[in-house]
Amino acid sequence: MSGEAVRAATLDGSGKDASRRDIRRRLAITLGPLLVSLVLAGCVLLVLGVDPLAYYGFVLDRGLLSPLGVQQTLTRMAPLLFIAAGLIVAFRAGMWNLGGDGQFLLGAVTAAASAPLLVQALPHWLALLVAFLIATSVAMLWSLVPALLRAYQGVNEIITTLMMSFLGVSLANVLVKLLFLDPATTVPQTRTLAVPDRLPRLFETTITSGLVFGLAAIVIVHFVMTRTAFGLKLRTVGANPRAAIHAGLNVPLLTVAVFAISAGLIGIGGAVDIIGIQGNVRADWNPAYGLAVIPVVFLARMNGLAAIAFVFLLSVLSIGGESAARRLGVPQHFTMVLVAIVLITLAIAEYLDHRFNQARKV
Amino acid sequence: MGGFLSDTFLAALLFGAVTAAVPLLLAGLGEQMSEKAGVLNIGIEGMMITGAYLGFVGAYYSGSFWLGFLTGAAGGIAVAALMALLCVRIGLNQIVIGIALTLGLDGLTALLHHFQFSRSYPRLPAAEVTPIPLLADIPVLGPALFRHHLIVYLAVAMVGIMIWVYRRTQLGLNLQAAGDKPAALDVAGIDVIRTRTVAVLFTGGMAGLGGAYLANVGAGLFIPFITNGAGFLGIVLAMLARGRPLWVLVGALIFGGCLSMTTAAQVAGINIPTDVIQMLPFLVVMAMLVLFGRRASLPAALGIPYERGAR
Repeated sequence: MSGEAVRAATLDGSGKDASRRDIRRRLAITLGPLLVSLVLAGCVLLVLGVDPLAYYGFVLDRGLLSPLGVQQTLTRMAPLLFIAAGLIVAFRAGMWNLGGDGQFLLGAVTAAASAPLLVQALPHWLALLVAFLIATSVAMLWSLVPALLRAYQGVNEIITTLMMSFLGVSLANVLVKLLFLDPATTVPQTRTLAVPDRLPRLFETTITSGLVFGLAAIVIVHFVMTRTAFGLKLRTVGANPRAAIHAGLNVPLLTVAVFAISAGLIGIGGAVDIIGIQGNVRADWNPAYGLAVIPVVFLARMNGLAAIAFVFLLSVLSIGGESAARRLGVPQHFTMVLVAIVLITLAIAEYLDHRFNQARKV
Repeated sequence: MGGFLSDTFLAALLFGAVTAAVPLLLAGLGEQMSEKAGVLNIGIEGMMITGAYLGFVGAYYSGSFWLGFLTGAAGGIAVAALMALLCVRIGLNQIVIGIALTLGLDGLTALLHHFQFSRSYPRLPAAEVTPIPLLADIPVLGPALFRHHLIVYLAVAMVGIMIWVYRRTQLGLNLQAAGDKPAALDVAGIDVIRTRTVAVLFTGGMAGLGGAYLANVGAGLFIPFITNGAGFLGIVLAMLARGRPLWVLVGALIFGGCLSMTTAAQVAGINIPTDVIQMLPFLVVMAMLVLFGRRASLPAALGIPYERGAR
C-alpha cells in the first residue's frame, strides 16, 4: 500500500557496493530537484512582487552566515532531528505516520506543564528525565489508536493519524488554555522553565545540548534500522507485509511497536524544543514541523545520516525564512510552498531516474 | 436558557447542520469517485482550499455567487489536472503528491490572501436563499431544510445522480473496474488512465465547489486554512460509505450536526473554547472508524498506479 518509492528505498537502504557513478547519480537526483525547487519557488515570489534574490539572500545571511544565525540554526535542528528519526522508523516500516504535529505538540505541552513543577521537587537531572518520559509516553499513547486500527482492523493509517493530529493540536491548545495555565500571567501560556533549569548550552554558545541528543537519536535509529535484526524485521514489514507474515513475524505487534517508537521520538522532539529552547508553550503555538520534515526524509532516501544534512538545510530555511519574512513582509507560509515544490520535483526526478535506468537495461 | 429547545433554536440548529454538511457532502461524493476508480486522493484538501480561495475571489470581484462557484470548481479542477498528470499518467506516489498539493496550496492561498486581503478582510453579503414553495412553510423543518441557496438542493440532487451513474451507466461500471481490476478494464478495450483521469477531475470540481460554498455561503469570507481538514473528513466519509453515495449524505449530515450543535451551544451561552468545538467532528470520525473501521472496504487496486503490462 505504501507505493513504489518507499518500497524501493526500504530495500536498498544500506548500499555498500555504491559505486562512484551511483553516488554521482544519487547526488544528481537529490540536488537537481532541490535547485529546481528553489527556482520555481523564486518564481512564486516574483509573482507576488517580492525579489527572490533578496529573499534568498536574507535567508542565507541570517540562517548560515551570521554567527548568531548559525547558532539558532543548529539549535532549531534539535527538535527536527527527533522528528526525522521518528519518520524514518515509520516510513521504512511502510507506515505513514502523518500525525507528527499532534504528537509533537502533545509532547511539548506535557513537558512544558510538568518540567517547571518537577524541578522544584526532584534533583535537576531527574526532573528533566521524568519530564521527557512523560512527553514520550503521551505521544506514544496518542499513536495507539491509529496503530491498533491499522494492526488489527486494517484501517488506513494515513487518515487516522491525520485525524489524531488535528485532535492533538486542538487538545494541546485546550490543555494550555484551561489546565496548564500559568496563573502568574495574563496571556494564556504554561509556566516558564527558568533558563538555568533548561538543558545546558554547548560551550560558550547559545546552541542547545538537545542538538547532541538529536544527533545521537538519528544515528542510533539509522543503525538499528540498517544493522540489527529488529531493523530488518521492520523493513521486511515495510517491503512486503505478506512475506513478513509468512516469515513468521508478528506483524500486528511490530506495527504497534513502529507507531510507538515513531510517535515517541516525535514527542521527545517536542519536549526538547520546550525543555531545551522555548521554556514554555504559548496558546495556539504550532510550528507545524511534522509535515515539513517529510520531504527531508524523502530527500535523504530514509537514510538517517543523510537526513542530518537535509535537516540542517531545513533549519537554515526555517531560521532564515523567519528573518526574511520580517524584513520583506513575506509570511512564513512561503516555506510550506517551497517544501511542497521540493516533494513534487523530487518525485518527478525519481521517476525520470527510474525511466532512464530501465531504458539503459533494455 | 429558557428557549434552549424553542422552535427557532431548533430550526437554526438544523439550518446550521445543513450548511456545515454541504461542503463535506460535495467533497465526500467527489472523493468517492476517485476511490472507486482506484486513486486515493489525499490532495483533496488542497483542491478544496483552492476552490475556497478562487471561489471567494470570483464572487468578490464579480459580485455573483454563481460565478464564484464556477471559479471555485475550476480551481479545484485545475489542481486535479495536475494531480491526474502526476499520479495517474506518470504514476507517481499518490500519497506523496497528495500531501505536497495540500501543503503547497494551503501555503500559497495563505500567501495570496496576505498580499491581497490581509489589510481589508472583505466580506461577501449574505447569500440569497431560494425557498421551496409549500415545503418552506412547514414549521421548524421549513426554515431549516428548505430555505437554502439553490446550490444546496443541487448538491443533494447529486447524490441521486451519483447513484444512477454507479448503478445504471457504463461509466459507473468502468469506474468500478478501474479501481478493482484495472487490467480487466484494459483488456475490455477501455482506457484505464482516461477513466481514472475523469474521476480525479470530477473530484477536483466537487471539492472546489465545496470549498467555494464553505467560504462564500458558510463563512462569507476567505481566511487562510479555512477548510481546516474538511477535505480529509470527505475522505473518511467516502471510506465509511463503502462506495454508496447515500451514506455519504447521511455521514455528512451527522458531521454537520456535530459542528452545528457546538456552535449552537455557544450561542445558547454554554461557554466552550473554540478548540473543543474544532475537536468534535474529528472525535466523531475517530469513533466511527473505531466502530465501523473493519467494514470500511476499499477497492483492491486503490493507491496503485496502473501501468500497462506490468507484472
